[in-house]
Amino acid sequence: MMATTWAVFRRELKGYFNTPLAYIFIVIFLFLTGIFTFYLGSFFLRGQADLKPFFNFHPWLYLFLVPAIAMRLWAEERKSGSIELLLTLPLSVWSTVVGKFLAAWVFICIALGLTFPMWLTVSYLGQPDHGVIVASYLGSMLMAGGYLAIGACISAATKNQVVAFVVSVVVCFLFTVSGAPIVLDFFAAWAPQALLDAVASFSFLTHFNAIQNGVIDLRDLIYFVSLILLWLFANLIIVDLKKAD
Amino acid sequence: MDWMIEVEGLVKTFGHLTAVDGVSFNVPKGQVLGFLGPNGAGKSTTMKMITGFMTPTAGSVRVAGHDVDDQPIAAKAQIGYLPEGAPAYPDMTPIGFLNFVADVRRLDAATRRRRLDYVIANVHLETVLEQPIETLSKGFKRRVGLAQAILHDPPVLVLDEPTDGLDPNQKHEVRSLIADMAKEKAIIISTHILEEVDAVCSRAMIIANGRIVADGTPAELERQSPFHNAVLINCQDGGVAEALGAMANVSKVEEMPDGYYRAYPKNGVSIVAEVADLIKQRNWSTSRLSVEPPRLDDVFRSITRSRPEPGQAVEPGTGQGEAV
Repeated sequence: MMATTWAVFRRELKGYFNTPLAYIFIVIFLFLTGIFTFYLGSFFLRGQADLKPFFNFHPWLYLFLVPAIAMRLWAEERKSGSIELLLTLPLSVWSTVVGKFLAAWVFICIALGLTFPMWLTVSYLGQPDHGVIVASYLGSMLMAGGYLAIGACISAATKNQVVAFVVSVVVCFLFTVSGAPIVLDFFAAWAPQALLDAVASFSFLTHFNAIQNGVIDLRDLIYFVSLILLWLFANLIIVDLKKAD
Repeated sequence: MDWMIEVEGLVKTFGHLTAVDGVSFNVPKGQVLGFLGPNGAGKSTTMKMITGFMTPTAGSVRVAGHDVDDQPIAAKAQIGYLPEGAPAYPDMTPIGFLNFVADVRRLDAATRRRRLDYVIANVHLETVLEQPIETLSKGFKRRVGLAQAILHDPPVLVLDEPTDGLDPNQKHEVRSLIADMAKEKAIIISTHILEEVDAVCSRAMIIANGRIVADGTPAELERQSPFHNAVLINCQDGGVAEALGAMANVSKVEEMPDGYYRAYPKNGVSIVAEVADLIKQRNWSTSRLSVEPPRLDDVFRSITRSRPEPGQAVEPGTGQGEAV
């Protein structure tokens, strides 16, 4: 199980760097984080040595960039037929699901890691709270994993990458905005607080913002980890069901 | 007998379409089973179920004693599979791809080196090892798929059209490779090329509309040909058709252009000696006398389509060819 997961993981991760995909993704990711932070996030005007403006935009960035990575995970294999080869090798579907997910996750984390000059910049300019920044990076990674697990699951359901992308963006969008003020205000006017909390608790934003404040609450960790596992499990079921198609 | 592949009552339906309709057969070690059948007959679907890619609607498959549904990993470890169209990862190089398969199949370092050397040499991949698979020709892609299938020296091989897209030399090499492995393994190959069945298969099975319609050695199937033991002569003299038709063992004589006649025997008995005697006796000037070569083509056509009319224009003595 471990060995086959590792084999799938290595093949997938190497696969990113065999094509221009990885480099294009990383460049776009860094470019957009830069624009968001310095231009939209008014990094300098705020006059504060922290990375809030940088991390604030991550959910919206991931909303489009992570489905772009996830869409090919299964849909491409189904289209090219290589899935027939993969699923007739002696490995469990679970190790394939996990191997693919981890490779894509590590790849996104590499892109995220390459934003370290932001950290250097803010350290140079002032005395940021490094604990908060570490927590924020961790939260951002977990959130990317959440988006990725959703995207991977949806990619397994189709052989059309465009369909996988669009549907993933929509689902990810729902998981993002359910915690945004625009949605919560709508409920706040009439719904009981319990419902309001329930809706908000489904959102990446709620949990990510909590971690971003520098408090790593076990509940937020459990939220992201269980969300990832749940979607990966759904991914497994879809791959299994498709065998009967 | 120890069966390596046991297929029992296999059924696969897609909506209203029944692709495989109650297929059962067993394959022992040392047998090369050729799957024949028109496109869409259910050959590939059957193979997908044997290798565990598709779940059957009904029925079961056991490979080397492992139920493919209950013990998929144990069963798959015993199988080498070349899927239809030989899919692979287009961005990978053949060597990267083979190493990945070796990783998943958990070959230890020594075995891996030995087997890689063996398959690379035997399917001739030396020149393209470092080239991305997507840039390779169809023949090389097929060979990469074949290399992947035999890499772990599996006791069971399932090859879906292994020689499709290869040139005649490469076809010959792949057939020799299969023939070399035949003694040690249970092999199923599907093919459209009937000469391949004669070349490598010890058993042939014709599948049409999801059912097995014929099953036997290639020679047994050839006996079902409408031309089995038919005799072809070319003779410009008159009265040939009448004289042949009057013979005791001849069921029917067919007259063709340019002085060709074909005599069909009763019950498939050999009539060539009697015909030769007749020719001598009548002192016909004969430029040709031959027994029609056994042709799986004709069997295939007569079983999977309507029976060919004996008067249908079949070129005299063209030997084996590809079924359409």
